[in-house]
Amino acid sequence: MAIPLSYNLRSIRVRWASTIVAVLGIAGTVGVFVAMMSLAKGFKATLVASGSPNNALVRRAGSTSEMDSGFDITQVKILKDTAGIARDADGPLVSPEVVVIAAFPLKSTGTDANVQVRGVSPVVLKVRDQVKIVQGRFFQPGLNELVVGSNVAKSYAGFDLGQSVLFGGGKWTVVGVFDAGGSAFDSELWCDSTVLNDVYKRPTNIYQSITAKLTSPAALSGVKDSLSADPRVTVQADREIEYYEKQSRVFTTLVTVLGSMVAGIMAVGAILGALNTMYSAISERGREIATMRALGFGATSVVVSFVFEAACIALIGGVIGCLGVLPLNGLTTGTMNWQTFSHLAFAFKITPSLLLGGVVFALLMGILGGVAPAVRASRANVATALREL
Amino acid sequence: MKYSRILLANLFRKKIRTTLTIGSFAVALLLFGVLAAVRVAFSQGANSAGVDRLVVRNKTSIIQPLPLSYKNDILRLAGVKEVTYLNWFGGVYQDEKNFFPQMAIDVPTYRKVVPDVGVTDAEWKAFEDDRQAAIVGRSIADHYHFKVGDHIPIKGVIFQGAWEFNIAAIAKGDNAAGDILPFIFHEDYLEEKRTYGKGTVGWYVVRVENPDNSGKISQAIDAQFSNSPFETKSDTEKEFAASWGKQLGNIKLIIMTIGAVVFVTLLLVTGNTMATSIRERVRELAVLKALGYSDRFVLWLVLSEGLTIAVLGGILGLLLAIVVIPGMSKALAGLLPPLILLPSDTALGLAFALGAGVLSTLLPATSAMRLRVVDALRRV
Repeated sequence: MAIPLSYNLRSIRVRWASTIVAVLGIAGTVGVFVAMMSLAKGFKATLVASGSPNNALVRRAGSTSEMDSGFDITQVKILKDTAGIARDADGPLVSPEVVVIAAFPLKSTGTDANVQVRGVSPVVLKVRDQVKIVQGRFFQPGLNELVVGSNVAKSYAGFDLGQSVLFGGGKWTVVGVFDAGGSAFDSELWCDSTVLNDVYKRPTNIYQSITAKLTSPAALSGVKDSLSADPRVTVQADREIEYYEKQSRVFTTLVTVLGSMVAGIMAVGAILGALNTMYSAISERGREIATMRALGFGATSVVVSFVFEAACIALIGGVIGCLGVLPLNGLTTGTMNWQTFSHLAFAFKITPSLLLGGVVFALLMGILGGVAPAVRASRANVATALREL
Repeated sequence: MKYSRILLANLFRKKIRTTLTIGSFAVALLLFGVLAAVRVAFSQGANSAGVDRLVVRNKTSIIQPLPLSYKNDILRLAGVKEVTYLNWFGGVYQDEKNFFPQMAIDVPTYRKVVPDVGVTDAEWKAFEDDRQAAIVGRSIADHYHFKVGDHIPIKGVIFQGAWEFNIAAIAKGDNAAGDILPFIFHEDYLEEKRTYGKGTVGWYVVRVENPDNSGKISQAIDAQFSNSPFETKSDTEKEFAASWGKQLGNIKLIIMTIGAVVFVTLLLVTGNTMATSIRERVRELAVLKALGYSDRFVLWLVLSEGLTIAVLGGILGLLLAIVVIPGMSKALAGLLPPLILLPSDTALGLAFALGAGVLSTLLPATSAMRLRVVDALRRV
């Protein structure tokens, strides 16, 4: 026969003080776990949102990122005429781009951080349709004008509409702010690629990447084939979303591995705490347990009952841990994207599945910490325990 | 020492609780050790920075080059002792994921600016004599199993092509942080084979005569090149290293805050358990006092019990950290610089454990000491 679950629930309520140790330990562990994973998730989400399955990103074959890629305009022309690239009335939807970085002081710390400056083609808004101008207007081709990502306007001083910015040996005017839907482009400055090449004293007609809109997501393999078959080109094409997913990998792995290690160590600590709480609970309640046994409850029901109690304590801890880190959700932070050497703003992203994972993790710790004490409780000799005062 | 038996008896009265408490302390200190090592990894470079060195880079950003002709212009300035220059190479070994920092150095001047490369004079001579030679830091060498005399192919990413190097020496720093040296090789080799950007350098490192003047000299260097096509930005090497760390942003801060909060909570929680176990025994302590033991003796007895647990747990945790950290470092290779537990951090950790042990027992111990025997014995 099973011991009523209300017995355990009431026990926890009456002896709440002695369970605090276990609850705190588990709450802390779950909190750290969820916070670290949400950091990794947020970073990844920001980069992945930058890519579209409908776009191809073309760069020099073998390059690790746009930063170390490069090719000349003849290759751009070949790509523009490749079958599978979308066109509209004005021509192919292709944006050959130049990417450099420039250092600006962050508002928050006053220290310099690298901002990615992207020289784009005037058709870029048709290629990257998730990007919308929200303030001002788009730059005029041929002029030293900048449109800035929404995070740049927020994080760095001096990027308000109409202000002048000095970098790369040129004077630029901020003419617009764009919103890229929380993607990596929000941390970028955009301008005319020809002007950027000129101001940075780079050879003209050299580009680092091409973003091209495909007629359909399935057209990519055709584009890939015709590029690799053409001896004049030295470029490779990737689906844009895959390129960005790959860029997020280093940081995501770092945070995930680091987070799991720290959470793992803490889990051991939390289990020790749970063990301690359960052992003292059981030694305090020796007579109670013996009484239940004498009433006819079996050894198994005692084990189940105490494991349940431990799981309940863990659940409280898990929920507190999750609630504790919930305010982090959406909080914007920033880090260096090592693939591009530039500063990338992103937000913590706490998803329901992450919270569920945290609670399951808590339950696991509670059960691990509850089994040994519960087995011990069930083994106590009834007669001896009842005789003790 | 004659009281050690009573101390032991007290410790062993609840074996499980004692073990678990020691275990909790061990876990807290293990966490402390790991976090301390992570902190070192995040702030590496700042440790090996020289106070008398300045880094001069392109004002726009570090990836923009500077002309080679600046070397003599900088050297002419008052207070400048030596100038050397470096180029970031950024190649990969065998596969894209095997990335480690490689830099081309100007061999004749490098050691005059950075005297402590971590190799012997004979090894440096061997490096000088072979144009394709490279010196590699010990942690990189260990990770990729490079040995002196090995012929290493590196795939150029920024400077395309297949590059080949001979390992001339493995650099050892005189402290743990010194082992994190990059892979350095001859600028001449790069200059000869590079297909573009000949005659440019990545950044200059300047050695000044008097570190007190480094602020003035940085300004003089930047002023010299202002309004030129290649404006410069000069910082001390320490500021330069720190600026990279700062760009990682609050990731380090987040990890450290989380760690600190958890560490303190673990200690508090563990301390609370120890305090409870003493409160349970107030009657026994009163009996001791009734038998004629002094207040002071009771205080010391209780304190030494707490300290024993804290120290045992602390040592156990730090030993575990020493065992675990190299493994973690391997798992994070390529993502973070090597994790290293500095001796100073070990000492700090032990101090924290001791502090927590004293604090958590002091309160119940003093109340036990002040206790009137009659009151305590009357309580059942």
